[in-house]
Amino acid sequence: MLANRQQFDADLQKLRQVLIEMGDLVKKAILDSVNSLKDSNVELAKKVIDADKEINVFEERVDDIGSRLIATQQPVATDLRRILIAFKMAGDLERMADLAVDIAKVTVRNGNQPFIKPLVDIPRMAEVVQQMTKDSITAYIEENVDLSYKMAKMDDEVDELHSEILRELFVMMAKEPKNVNQVLNLCFVSRYLERMADHATNIGESVVYLVKGTRPDLN
Amino acid sequence: MSIVQIKDLDLYYGDFHALRNVSMNINEKSITAFIGPSGCGKSTLLRTLNRMNDMIDSVKISGAVSINDTNIYNPTVNVELLRKEIGMVFQQPNPFPKSIFENVAYGPKIHGIRNKKQLDEIVETSLRGAALWDEVKDDLKKSAYGLSGGQQQRLCIARALAINPKILLMDEPTSALDPISTLKIEELIQELKGDYTIIIVTHNMQQAARVSDQTAFFLNGEVIEFSDTSKLFSNPNEKKTEDYITGRFG
Repeated sequence: MLANRQQFDADLQKLRQVLIEMGDLVKKAILDSVNSLKDSNVELAKKVIDADKEINVFEERVDDIGSRLIATQQPVATDLRRILIAFKMAGDLERMADLAVDIAKVTVRNGNQPFIKPLVDIPRMAEVVQQMTKDSITAYIEENVDLSYKMAKMDDEVDELHSEILRELFVMMAKEPKNVNQVLNLCFVSRYLERMADHATNIGESVVYLVKGTRPDLN
Repeated sequence: MSIVQIKDLDLYYGDFHALRNVSMNINEKSITAFIGPSGCGKSTLLRTLNRMNDMIDSVKISGAVSINDTNIYNPTVNVELLRKEIGMVFQQPNPFPKSIFENVAYGPKIHGIRNKKQLDEIVETSLRGAALWDEVKDDLKKSAYGLSGGQQQRLCIARALAINPKILLMDEPTSALDPISTLKIEELIQELKGDYTIIIVTHNMQQAARVSDQTAFFLNGEVIEFSDTSKLFSNPNEKKTEDYITGRFG
């Protein structure tokens, strides 16, 4: 069989490469933001905040390559889905990076203040979210539908941890109203992590749509 | 409701097996596109529907093609009357070397209409139907050869409409036209769908995707996939279809 459309295939490959690189940066942003919070490492938090600009540029590159391919190559079927999910996935990754920035900002705001309680559940939740992020990107790289479904199941655990953390923090807030600032910040962190997990789930949905052409609801 | 039923159709040109066990039903007042690489059988099938292959000596056909529940290969079928039901438009605009009016009035005249007023009406209705009236209404006596390629093709569509067919067969009707004329013909096809069943052979896959309700993909004389156009171009069932529509072979 003739190898047709070599340039188009090369461009699709480039699009994929941009997303993989973007995924690596987002994974790092999430890891660093959570570590900065755990260790009260303001320097690291600032690095996360600075790195966000670069991640935004990746989203623009995905938009540029994808829209050019739609305009010039009239893609259909899997080719078209490949480009459509690239747009969505870049959007999800970009939002995940923004949420990492939000966590890093909490680190900066909290400074050197000791936490009102040792952080246990938030790092646990962060671990699950990091695993989901990693799996969602692997699922994209491997076009692995099973992994997408497996990853999306972890979202239930994240939601449970989120509810648990909020319950606990509300009790602390009621007991010690002077801690309200820190408690609220930790509530936000939990919320940010929970949102990240939703974006990872969206990426899983995109992978299923790419491979099967049907739209699953993994959320 | 289907107007064309094709059942177990095989067609040979001498030893060459050009259509292999083709079965499909085509819905009334819908647009069906036939796509596939050159030599896949799509034009052959189109020509089978108005028995244009009869003119080729070496053709052997088996199976059934029914239009309005009549097997058109039944020896008692009157081919002239059959072709009155089925208009055809070709790749190259092929107006007669006559006036615009005469081109459109030709069919009705050979079918016995002589009344001038009636012919005037048919010509106007047909030219309006082909979205050409406004451009030519003051030039009906001028030669059809003075029209642009896109206008000539619309004139050929008007000529086909003049005999009031049920089905319009179009064999790559825009492949010789510029992009604007192509879009005009495509819009016209959409409009005609309200009154006619249209079957179009096209090499332009975006055109098939834009204009048709259903698409059949042919390869080596076989129908590989026949389904709703939106489905076929977004998520085809067959790997061969996907490879063809995404330009990976063919």
